[in-house]
Formats: sequence, C-alpha cells, structure tokens
Amino acid sequence: MNLLEIRGMVKRFGGLAATDGVDLDVRQGEIHAVIGPNGAGKTTLIGQVCGTLAPDAGRILFAGVDATRLAPHQRAELGLARSYQITSLFPNFSVIDNVALAVQARSGSSFRFWQPVADERQLADAAQDILDRVGLGDLGQRTAAALSHGEHRQLEMALALATRPRLLLLDEPMAGMGGEESAHMVKLIEDLRGDYSVLLVEHDMDAVFRLADRISVLVAGRIIATGSVAEIRADAEVRLAYLGEDEA
Amino acid sequence: MAPLTAFVLAMALPAVASAFGQDFYVGFASRILIMAMLATSLNLLVGLGGMVSLGHAAFFGAGAYVVGILATEWRGVGNYALLAWPLAMALSAALALIIGAISLRTRGVYFIMITLAFAQMLFYVALSLKAYGGDDGMSLSQRSSLPGLDLAIDSHFYYVVLALSAAVFMLYQRLCAARFGRVLLGIKDNEARMESLGYPVYRYKLAAFVIAGAVAGLAGALMANQNSYVSPNMMHWEQSGVALVMVILGGLGNIWGGLAGAAAFLIIEEALSAFTKHWAIGVGAILLAVVFFAPRGIAGLWTAKR
Amino acid sequence: MSGVLLIEQCLNGIQFGLMLFLLAAGLTLVFGIMDLINLAHGSLYMIGAYLAATLTQATGSFLLGLPLAVIATAVIGMVLEVSVLRHLYRRDHLSQMLATFALIMIANEATRAIWGVQSLTLNVPEALSGSVAVLPGVTYPAYRLLIIAVGVLVAMLLYVLVTRTRMGMLVRAGASNREMATAMGTDIRRLFTLVFGIGAALCALAGAMLGPLLAVQVGMGENILILAFVVVVIGGIGSIRGAFVGALLVGVVDTFGRAFIPSTLRAFAPPSVADAAGPSLAAISIYLLMVMVLFWKPQGLFPSRG
Repeated sequence: MNLLEIRGMVKRFGGLAATDGVDLDVRQGEIHAVIGPNGAGKTTLIGQVCGTLAPDAGRILFAGVDATRLAPHQRAELGLARSYQITSLFPNFSVIDNVALAVQARSGSSFRFWQPVADERQLADAAQDILDRVGLGDLGQRTAAALSHGEHRQLEMALALATRPRLLLLDEPMAGMGGEESAHMVKLIEDLRGDYSVLLVEHDMDAVFRLADRISVLVAGRIIATGSVAEIRADAEVRLAYLGEDEA
Repeated sequence: MAPLTAFVLAMALPAVASAFGQDFYVGFASRILIMAMLATSLNLLVGLGGMVSLGHAAFFGAGAYVVGILATEWRGVGNYALLAWPLAMALSAALALIIGAISLRTRGVYFIMITLAFAQMLFYVALSLKAYGGDDGMSLSQRSSLPGLDLAIDSHFYYVVLALSAAVFMLYQRLCAARFGRVLLGIKDNEARMESLGYPVYRYKLAAFVIAGAVAGLAGALMANQNSYVSPNMMHWEQSGVALVMVILGGLGNIWGGLAGAAAFLIIEEALSAFTKHWAIGVGAILLAVVFFAPRGIAGLWTAKR
Repeated sequence: MSGVLLIEQCLNGIQFGLMLFLLAAGLTLVFGIMDLINLAHGSLYMIGAYLAATLTQATGSFLLGLPLAVIATAVIGMVLEVSVLRHLYRRDHLSQMLATFALIMIANEATRAIWGVQSLTLNVPEALSGSVAVLPGVTYPAYRLLIIAVGVLVAMLLYVLVTRTRMGMLVRAGASNREMATAMGTDIRRLFTLVFGIGAALCALAGAMLGPLLAVQVGMGENILILAFVVVVIGGIGSIRGAFVGALLVGVVDTFGRAFIPSTLRAFAPPSVADAAGPSLAAISIYLLMVMVLFWKPQGLFPSRG
C-alpha cells in the first residue's frame, strides 16, 4: 500500500523547471531514498511534499487524502514530519522543551491559556523517551543553541519523531557530519525501520545503499529510475547519469 | 512572594498618600497601572510572539472613544462601567481581529509598517469625528459608574484600576506558562519550524493579537476615565511608540516588563519635570543609556542579579 | 472639476512627491544598506528647516541660508552617525527603534529650548513670490516651480551618483547584499557615514524648501517621517528608484485626495459630514494605498533584495 503518491509534480522558477513531472511512491513501512546530483530538484521536491512550495502542476496523495493544496501545518496534522538539511530548532529553548513543544503539537489543542505546561507531565515524559531514543537523554536541560553540530542533527531527528508521524521526511540527515557521528545516525535510522515510513533524501551513497529498501533517482527534475539497491546499482542509465563514468 | 508584597504595598498607597497630604500620587499611580496594562498587552505581542507592532495605540484609543461616545450619546446607562468597559474591549478586539487578519500576512519590517498604517487610519477617523470633538478631543463630564463605588473619588478609582491591572498581570503570567505561551515563544524562535510541526501559526498569532487588542481597549477605557478626556492623540503613532519604549525599557517577554517599563518611564518623566521644563532631553538620554547598557531592560537587570 | 484645477493639483502633487523623495531617498538607503530603522530621520528634516529659517534671517538671504543649513545638517547627521547610530547597525530593530525614538525626544526638546515654542516663519524669497504662466491661462506660483526644479535636479544627481560612480556601486551592492559590501573593504564605515550625511543633507534641503509653505515647528518631522516610511515601504526597502516612484505616487494621491475627496463627498453627503470626513479620508487614502501595495507585492514595488 502506498502511503505517499506523487504524480506529475512540476515546479518552474522563471522558465526553468526544477521539478518536471516527478512520479514517486512511498510504501507503508519502507525506507525510500531519493538520490540525485546537485541541482536535480531534490530541495524543490521536498518543499512540494511539505507544502512550503505550491506546485505548478501535479498531485500529492498522502494517506489516501489529496494533500496537493494543504498548508504545511495541515500536512503535519495528517502525519507528515520533516527534518531540515540546515538545522532548524528552537535555539532559546532547552533541549527537552524543544521536543516537548513538538509533542504538544500532536497532543490536543494548544489554545489553552491557563494551565501551566509544567503540570502536564505526559509532555515532558514523552519528550524524555524520544531524547533517550536519539541518544540525547542526558542533555535535556541544556539550551539547544549550546549543542554540538552532531547533537543538533540528533535533536532535529527527535523533533520530527516527537510528532508521531506516519511518514518521516529526512532531508540529508548526515549533512556535515564526521564518520563516527554519521555511523551513529545511520544506526538511528536503521532502528526506525518497521516503526516509521521514511522518505530519505541523502548524498551519502554508503548510507543510502545500507538503509534504503528502494531508491529513486532524480535527474534534471525527473525520476529516471526506481528500484531496489541491487537494481539501481545495476542500472546502466543511472550509472551514466549519476554515478559517473569511472564507476561504470 | 514579591508580587504579593507589592500588591499589599499598592493597597496601602492611598492611605499613605493622604496621610502625607500627597493625594496627587493616587492619580499618578493609577496612570502608571493603566499604562502598565497597555505595555503588558503589547509585551504579549512583542516579547512573547515576536510581533513588533507600531500601531498598538489604535486599540487603546478605540477603547477610550467607546467610553466617551457612550457617555455622550446615552446619558445614564452609557455611563455604566459594566456596560462601557466590556464594550470597549469588544470593539478593540474586533478591530484587532480585522487589522491582525491582514497585517499578520506580513512579517518583520513590513508588519511594523502595516500596523502603523492601520493605526494612522484610525487616528484620522478619530480626527474626523467632529461630533466628538474632532482634533480637540472630548471632555467627559463624569467618570463611569460602578455599583457600590464612587469612581469620582481618586482612591476608589485607583482600587478598581489596581484590581484590573493585577488581573491582567496574572493573565499574562498564566498565558506565558501555559501551552499558548509556549507556542508563541516557539513562533518567535522559529516560525517555519512551528508550521512544519503542525501548528497553525497564523491562528495563534491572530489570537494573541486579538487578546492584546482587547486588553489595550480596557486600558484605553480606564485612561479615558482617569483623564476625563479622550482625544485622537491617544491613537497617534507616538503613543504606540511610547508603549513600545515602555516594553523594551521594562524587559521584553518579562512578566513584569510592562509594569517596570511604564513605572520607570512615568516616574523618570515626573521626577525630571520637577527640575526642568526640558525634561524630555533627560528621558531621551536615559533611554539611550538603556539601549547601550541594559539591553534586556529593567526587569531583565533585576532577574540577572538574583 | 476644471482642467486648470487639475493641472494645478498635478503640479502640487509632483512638488510634494519630490520633497517626500528627498526624505525617503536617505531613509531607504540607511534602511536598505545598514538595516537601520531610523525614526529620527524626520528630526533632521526639522533641524534643517529651523537652521534654514535662522540662517536666512542672519544672512538676510534665502539663497545663502539654504546651502548653509544643508551643510550644517549634513555635519550634524554625520556626527550623529559616528556617535550613536553606527553602534546600532548590528542590533535588532527594537533597540534601533528605542534609541532613535529617544533621539526624537532629545531633538524636539533641544529645538524647543533653543528656538522656543513659537513656530518660525520662513518667507518665500521676494523674487520668487509671484506666479508664472505654465500654460496659456494656467498660472502657478514661481516658488513651487523652483521646488519642482530642485527636486528633479537632485533626483537626477542621485541617479547619476548611484548608477555611475564607485560609491554608488558600493551602495547598490550594500542594499542587495550587506555581507558582500562589508567584505569589500574597510572604507565601508566611512561610506556609511557619508551616505548618512547625504541623507541628512537631503532632509535639510526638503525642510528648507518646504519651510515657506508649511509652518516651521516642533513635531513637523514626525508627521512627514511616517509618510516617508510609507514611501520607502511602497517602493521597496533599499531601492532609490522605488523611493522615487513611491514618493510621486504618495505625493499625487495625497494631494488629489485633499483636493477632490471633500468636494466629491459633498455630492453624496451633507456638507457638515463631508467637510469633517473629507480631509481624513484623504489622509487615510495614503495608508490604504500602502496596504494595497503590500497585499499585492509584499516586498514593495521594486524589491532590492533577492
């Protein structure tokens, strides 16, 4: 069953088509990676999936709902969560309050003006569970701005998880990470398998080949191939267009 | 317990003032508290939600005009505080809903300018109300009436203002700590992220704008009573500027920022004017010093020391 | 409405628009390059007008008083930049507004202390007090024509300065990308001071030229400041071309509003209502124009930042 269906997605900037008829499916429970060279339209595609960019043509079905015209927050309510390539946190909040704010987003109305948040133990408890899961369990009281780059990436992931999403959109989660941090993040995503469906946009080929159930290759605004890791590795067109001649 | 001590001291003020024959200070304290309500309502927008409005006086003035117009048009009943003050809040809230709905589609500098533009429009509307004094404004023949109290007596009026402002400070404090306040702080810190977490950011901002407008309307209604006078200048952009100055002076987002700012501004003004008629130069110099030496405001200084 | 009146009002609108441009040009550059919200920009306009009035009286000649006032105000502006405003470039908009609001208070009170509370009069030079036939059957005051000529001349000079010189290139680079301009070299600090001085000189020129038409008094800066901000926002922050188009638009809309809305209103409403509401509607039309432009183009007509 498809959790996310993208059909004929187009976005033009001036005369240039950044996405030029993208078709993409993410199945329930799979980790689906999108790879592609710089300028292939990955960032635009993410914007269109999240709703920050309005498409010029095409349709998005998410969990059986036509999400094409929905605002970002409405898509989030349907169960779409994202992480950002460039870390996007609440720098002046403590680490645990960052996550608690994300938990709060999916646990009833926040038009509550009187009862202190501090009384709602379940928010802090849920936040602590998630921090433990991503490996930040001991850093809850730190200010988010004071974390290291790798920790920022982990917190970024925690925020996405805290909204209990059906689909997790990870925008280059390994960006700017060293070898060890990177391995840690791969392990983290590995552990998500089965609990979440993941759309992973990533440059790090080793990570993608290790994590993905299926891979789609985006070149010049179009998906030129979709298949298993083995199929993509074997695909001549992909190797020519993307993996480079020397590997072919 | 500091707030409780302050409240008890504030309760005692009229008696102390009259014992020393300084009844002037009762009215002065009322003015401080009213301006503190206005500044606190603006602090909800600026300090908590990061929405820098340079048109907040529009709601202050609108509240005042409701009191003034009701009192002239509907002698007797129009004077009832229990009718006029809630109506003032309702009208200001309604205006805030309309102005906010349009203004909140913009951000940053453009938000500053568009709120300013709307306030100027209302200023000119007030200016054109020739039946209500036009640019001269209108004097009120008496204060609003409340059962059991005589608001014409300054101390009675002061106690009412004290009770209402205490309620506003408490509301602000609860709001800050409640879910709604967390959401506003989150929006101030990272609006796009709040949106992607699933918060309908626009709705929260608009709700804050309307609440702030309603409280500013109440402050305006009280100020009309305090001065027995209503004029378009209550809506002038410089009045919005003064409210903003009080918020920054007191401490952005600080629960006591509005009160500290209003008190400091008016006390400095009062104290300097005893020495020189050119007191405004001194106030300006002090404000400049605050910008450069106490960027977190007065309440910020105090919190830092503890 | 007669054709003569129409031409006359067109010229009035252009004349007012050009003077607004002088104010808005400096404001938009400071805003766009230094990212500084300078509320005290109007104070330089006021200071320029006062200096022009005083120096004209002292020298007995407007033609001597005017350039002296412009130079003196430019110096004051540069001193202000070096001593206070320079330290605000990296601060947030709120601190900037607080500090420049404080400067307004200081400037206004200092002006009162030096020149007194009475407004000054600045007379049109004898030679220009008459009228000129601009078209057969249409006469127009010579002094207002001079204002138009000066405005056009300055606009052309600015255009050449911004598009043809190295300094202009740096200014344009700064408006579209501050980091790049800062990276270009150490003389950027001097460039900022110079730009500020030019902005102050343009303020003084506008103040001095408009002095004979409007009253030279304390508070004159605040009203026109808001119009200048409206111009800047309509034109797009940082864009000289935008400021020019915006200024003419605001000048013409304001003038036509004042000239024709009251008389048009009289056709539909009783005179008492029309006379009261007319001027206000005219003033409101400017702000409506801004709201509409922002609704249609949220970054103004000529956005200078990508």
